[in-house]
Parts: sequence; structure tokens; C-alpha cells
Amino acid sequence: MTEPAARSGLHELLLDGQFVVTAELQTTDGGDPESVKAAATPLSGKVDAVNCTDNSAAHPHISQIAAAKLLIDLGIEPIVQFACRDRNRIALQADLLGVSALGARNIVCMTGDDVSAGDHPETKPIYDLDSIHLLRMARILRDQATYLSGRALTSPPDYLVGAVENPFAPPVDYRPIRLQKKVEAGAEFIQTQICFNVDRMREFMKRAVDLGVTERAWILGGVYIPRSARALNYLRDEVPGIDVPQDVVHRVASAGRERAEEAGIQLALDICREIREMPGISGLHLMSIRGDRAIVRVVEELGLVPRPERASIVG
Amino acid sequence: LAKTLDRRPPAEASAAGGLRKAILLVEKVSKESIWDCRMCGQCILHSTGLSCPMRCPKNLRNGPCGGVMVDGSCEVVPEMRCVWVEAWEGSRKLPLWRDHMQHINKPVDWRLQETSSWENLATGRDRYAPEGWTRYEEDETSS
Repeated sequence: MTEPAARSGLHELLLDGQFVVTAELQTTDGGDPESVKAAATPLSGKVDAVNCTDNSAAHPHISQIAAAKLLIDLGIEPIVQFACRDRNRIALQADLLGVSALGARNIVCMTGDDVSAGDHPETKPIYDLDSIHLLRMARILRDQATYLSGRALTSPPDYLVGAVENPFAPPVDYRPIRLQKKVEAGAEFIQTQICFNVDRMREFMKRAVDLGVTERAWILGGVYIPRSARALNYLRDEVPGIDVPQDVVHRVASAGRERAEEAGIQLALDICREIREMPGISGLHLMSIRGDRAIVRVVEELGLVPRPERASIVG
Repeated sequence: LAKTLDRRPPAEASAAGGLRKAILLVEKVSKESIWDCRMCGQCILHSTGLSCPMRCPKNLRNGPCGGVMVDGSCEVVPEMRCVWVEAWEGSRKLPLWRDHMQHINKPVDWRLQETSSWENLATGRDRYAPEGWTRYEEDETSS
């Protein structure tokens, strides 16, 4: 890592070699700040930073930039997601400057689920840039203090640049190379897709280490905490790119309806413990639908609270 | 030949001459039938295992999205194999350009849609990248 100055609290912990924890904020659909605050508050002090998603699964939700600002007001550090689906290079650059001006210091760039996965399948998808172009553009704004066009900024944005990668989707042999490309393009940290297939994750990490990627970027393993076997079936059948092995579904299903929630937490804990031991892993990224309590429980059981103090707090 | 071809951006280019029309037609007919080419006018087919990346519903130029199904089909068009699964497999079979799968391909110049990539190659029009992009690449290679 060539730049020792921390851009964010998350960055500070990563530079310090701490094992970090991030979580995904439950999406909300209200025009008032309270629903965002209610979703975020339980995570305060339990994780290092919280992802504000960009119209995830191609469903509109409250703006990820507005949500990030509300989190900053609560003293929670946001990671602001940017997808290529809904905005062209002009709008994306405007928003990259905007989040920095509002005090958000982590971004994560991705392609985005297709509009066909959402509730407005008739809309026009944009995909002007791909995620690698977006990563590079975010770095051009920050490091070169210009727009993509070359026109000068009066001051550059300041954020840590992240990307996502899916170790579990075909072509699996190419995934570590794509990860390397993302780091080449400008990614400084990576949040992986949800892991249920620990063997595949281990293989992916081994290749990432061999390619030298883990020397240049921090990798956070994605873990989902299911609340029922139905939730797992939904992920497997309805969410593209998520590999849910049958024995995982069976494990939660066989616990019975009343014990399913607990079985889901135990499953996530086991996966977290395995990922934590993998060489090259710098942290965990936790997800659950309407499950802030489950996320807090997992962090506590893993012995990861209290979170370490940071000098540079958001805002 | 290059002199006959128009070096100006398509918007400013004069009405297509006979030669330009002929080139466009030959390219369109041959590449559409062989590779299901989408005439982006900035062909990178040799870098992508001869699988046209513009067939990807997300127009990805740098590899597959995370939504590829476990069986290798496209999340948007399930009856189609992922363009990038085919690109990866195709690139492994090519004697040349295999390492191009590691290269970063620049953003698409959408003005070149439906123009001839052969003409754009000859005129150098397909080498255009936004100035900020070019400068970043230059800084990277010099540092």
C-alpha cells in the first residue's frame, strides 16, 4: 500500500491491519429520514462502516447518497454504492463529487443488477460505462483532479475506492483475473458476493494471493445471515449469481420452522469463521434482510465487538 | 485508402461515399453473420476470445458481471450463454491475444455506433479515449 494517509475510518483500520466488519443497510422506501435512521441505529458501534445500496436488485429505494448523509449525521460511517445501470458518466461524476462533499469517504463501484430483475422491467437500462470504467473514473476524479473529459476540478473528491467481485459465478477460472483487473483499474478494497460455498471461496482467495492482488487491495468476504430456508431458496432461485449448495439449504430446513432463525445464525457464524482463517482476507461484509439484530448477534458471537477506536471519524 | 476515408467524427462526416458504404456493408454482413456483431465501430473481438462483448445486455467491455447463472447462462437473457463465459473459453483456444483478457478496455465511444470499425481503425478514430482517461494511463505507465 503506497498511501499511508487514511481517507476514512475504515481505511484507517485497514492500514492498521485490523480485521474489519462492514454491513449492508436495509433498503427503505420512505420520504422521511426516520426509516433510514431506524435501520441504521442498531449497527452503530457494532460494525466499522455501513453500505448504502444503489437501488439494489433494480428496485428503486431512497437515494444511497441521501442515506449516506443521514448515516453521517448519526455518526455512522457510510460506504456508498455506485451502479452503472441507472446513470451515464455525466451523472455518475456529479454524484461522486456530491458524496465526497457531503463527507462520505468510502465508495464501492459495481455493474448493478439488470432492470429485468426489478419492478420496473420496462425501463431503459443505461450501462454507459462498465464497473471497471467506473472504478477508473473515480480514481481519475480523485487522483488527477479532473473529470473523465480532462476538465479540471477546483478540488478533488476524497474517498477510498472499493469494488465487488463474485467468486462463485462462471467463468470461475476468470474471476481472480477479473479481480486483478478491478484492482488495476483503481479498487483499493473489495467486498465479495455472498459466500455459501466455502471451498470455492478458499480456491478464489488462493488464486488472489498467488496473483499478488491481496498485497494491493483489502478483501472482505461477503456473508449472508438467512432467517429461513425459504430465504435461501429465494436467493438461489431469484437472485442471479448466488451459489447456494443444497446441503446449506438442508441444514437450515432441517432445523424446523421455529429453530430456523437460530440455524441461520449458526450457519453464518461457521462461514464467517472459515473465511476469517483464509490467507488474504481482511474482513467481513455482513448482509441480512430485515436482520440488524442478526448482524449484531453474529458480530458479538465472533468476538468482534467492541470495534476499535478510530481517529478519523466521518464528516 | 485512409485519405478517402473521413477522419472527422461521424457527426461532422460528409455523406458516405461509395467506398465507405461498401466497406460498411461488407463488414456488417460478414461480422453479423459470423459473430452476431453489433457494429459498435470500435471492435475488440480479438481481445475477447472472438465473442462480441456488445451482445452482453449490460454492454460490458471488461469481463462478466456477477449475475451469471451457475450453468453459465445470462441473467438477463437466460436462453443465451453468457458472452463472457464464451469469451473466456474462446480466449483460451486462441493462439494469440490470450493475455488481452487481463487488459483494461476503454469506455465505449457511443458516437461510433453503426459505423465501420475497419474504417475507424484505418483512420485512427477508434483510438479516441476521453482526455482524462488517456492522461491517467500515461501517468500510470510512466510511474
